[in-house]
Amino acid sequence: MIYRENGQFKTSYAADQQIFPIAQDRWAVLAIVAFAFVGIPFLVDEYLFRAILIPFLILALAALGVNLLVGYCGQITLGAGAFMAVGAYAAYNFLIRIDGMPMLAAILLGGFVAAVVGIVFGIPSLRVRGLYLAMATLAAQFFWDWAFLRISWFTNNAPSGSVSVSNLELLGWSIDAPIEKYLFCLGLLALFALLAKNMTRSAMGRQWMAIRDMDVAAEVIGIRPMFAKLSAFAVSSFYLGVAGALWGFVHLGSWEPAAFSIDRSFQLLFMVIIGGMGSIMGSFFGAAFIVVLPIFLNQFLPWLGGLVGLHISTAGVSHAEFMIFGALIVFFLIVEPHGIARLWSTGKEKLRLWPFPH
Amino acid sequence: MREIGDVILDLRGISLSFGGVKALTDISFDVREHEVRAIIGPNGAGKSSMLNVINGVYRPQQGEVILRGDHFKRMDPYRAAKAGIARTFQSLALFKGMSVIDNIMTGRNLKMKANLFQQAVWWGMAAREELAHRAKVEEIIDFLEIQHIRKTPVGRLPYGLQKRVDLGRALAMEPQILLLDEPMAGMNVEEKQDMSRFILDVNDQFGTTIVLIEHDMGVVMDLSDRVVVLDYGRKIGDGSPDEVRTNPEVIKAYLGASH
Repeated sequence: MIYRENGQFKTSYAADQQIFPIAQDRWAVLAIVAFAFVGIPFLVDEYLFRAILIPFLILALAALGVNLLVGYCGQITLGAGAFMAVGAYAAYNFLIRIDGMPMLAAILLGGFVAAVVGIVFGIPSLRVRGLYLAMATLAAQFFWDWAFLRISWFTNNAPSGSVSVSNLELLGWSIDAPIEKYLFCLGLLALFALLAKNMTRSAMGRQWMAIRDMDVAAEVIGIRPMFAKLSAFAVSSFYLGVAGALWGFVHLGSWEPAAFSIDRSFQLLFMVIIGGMGSIMGSFFGAAFIVVLPIFLNQFLPWLGGLVGLHISTAGVSHAEFMIFGALIVFFLIVEPHGIARLWSTGKEKLRLWPFPH
Repeated sequence: MREIGDVILDLRGISLSFGGVKALTDISFDVREHEVRAIIGPNGAGKSSMLNVINGVYRPQQGEVILRGDHFKRMDPYRAAKAGIARTFQSLALFKGMSVIDNIMTGRNLKMKANLFQQAVWWGMAAREELAHRAKVEEIIDFLEIQHIRKTPVGRLPYGLQKRVDLGRALAMEPQILLLDEPMAGMNVEEKQDMSRFILDVNDQFGTTIVLIEHDMGVVMDLSDRVVVLDYGRKIGDGSPDEVRTNPEVIKAYLGASH
């Protein structure tokens, strides 16, 4: 009854083209963003920042990147982790090899390097698609895993193979405490999410979706598949590169190639599938689901066991965690193949009419 | 009132084969400006292949496409689109995940010049273009009488309306030549009447040259100025609807011959 657009008349195409054409949506999203910036820092303890919120923000950014490529342009990738790694190591090298390189500039440059690498590894998409393309991007994953492990130049000849970054600073603001890291990541995520939304609702996004939905028809109306696909790879890899740099710099502090292994690639792909392909909102849902659920299960299962007088060992909890997690993924894919974002929009459609049946 | 002009599109000696299968053999015909040119023939005659050659989806082994005096040995879809050739599809080829507006907006992609960065910040040229082209798209939506479904994802629309959106997407390119591949397949009588009206209006109001493939002979004979008849990849007839109707070879191809 509250969620309804009655009386909100659009008198211009500009008003109709807004990101959130319904006023209630607009206010709700503004409120959530404001709460994330202003409210959460006062409410949350350090553990929650470190264990949940910061990983969530960074992985949401990465999922956004994967979604632009997989969800919007329809090019499946299993190399997401590799592009994160490229971003992280490129940013690291910019930071240590160039004197006075600002941290933010290094992170963004890392993104650009990842974009270039993304274009190179996106070239097979011009000839193959679907599972075959997945195999080709898998090659990127294995190649970069190997390169960062074996070519010591990338790690500045670190003997252990692990690199670390300290003293993060942005324009004189030193980013040490979890709360500062959180705000830094949140700011970047909000900015990049807005940019992604704009891209997907303008000509570029339509070209990507056209290629995804019907590539022959797209070509016939003048879309060049090469340009559309490679630009999707570039933008997606840029997002992944920035996310990778943040993961290394801000979340981990010191890391080795295993941080960006094939597991990460799968995790990101699952986020997009579960959250909702071709939906910006879906990337957030997916990241939240995958980051929060295991931690939630980890806390909840022993408590549930205790309730029925059953003691579950730590190993048992982690086994059960995997099983429940897997079952939930299967359940979601069967009940709603278009992901949580679709559930969400169906819910909103229903709510617009509620409590009337039509 | 439209007046049929000079030859705008000339096809000379087109031969196309896939491996050993000959789809088209030495076909030549021309299309004049502002006319409605029909291509007919039994199933498998090579009609759709012909359209695919015109807009560069297929590359013929022999022959050339001459568009407004420019010779194209190898046409490709991008150049064809740039040169003002649009087409609709026999089997629906809409962008299923997108709304009607977005489908038609995509048809205007060649006219949008803002770069990716301007689009990402939705500022200046990008924002202006979105508005200007939206206004154009709304004109097309009005013309095709699909205002009520403008925000519906096309996957949810009934078949007849999807065909109309397909036409809308092609019209959004403001084409000079419009290739229609069985625009009325699978429609009922009213839908066929609507579609015929749209085709005639497009031809009449915008002066668009139309190349039409259709199986409904009534429609073909009523709409078209000249008809070319294909059978097994060869041209067996060419001329006005009346000439074609009385051509013994055409009758043989359609009705079979008594031996």
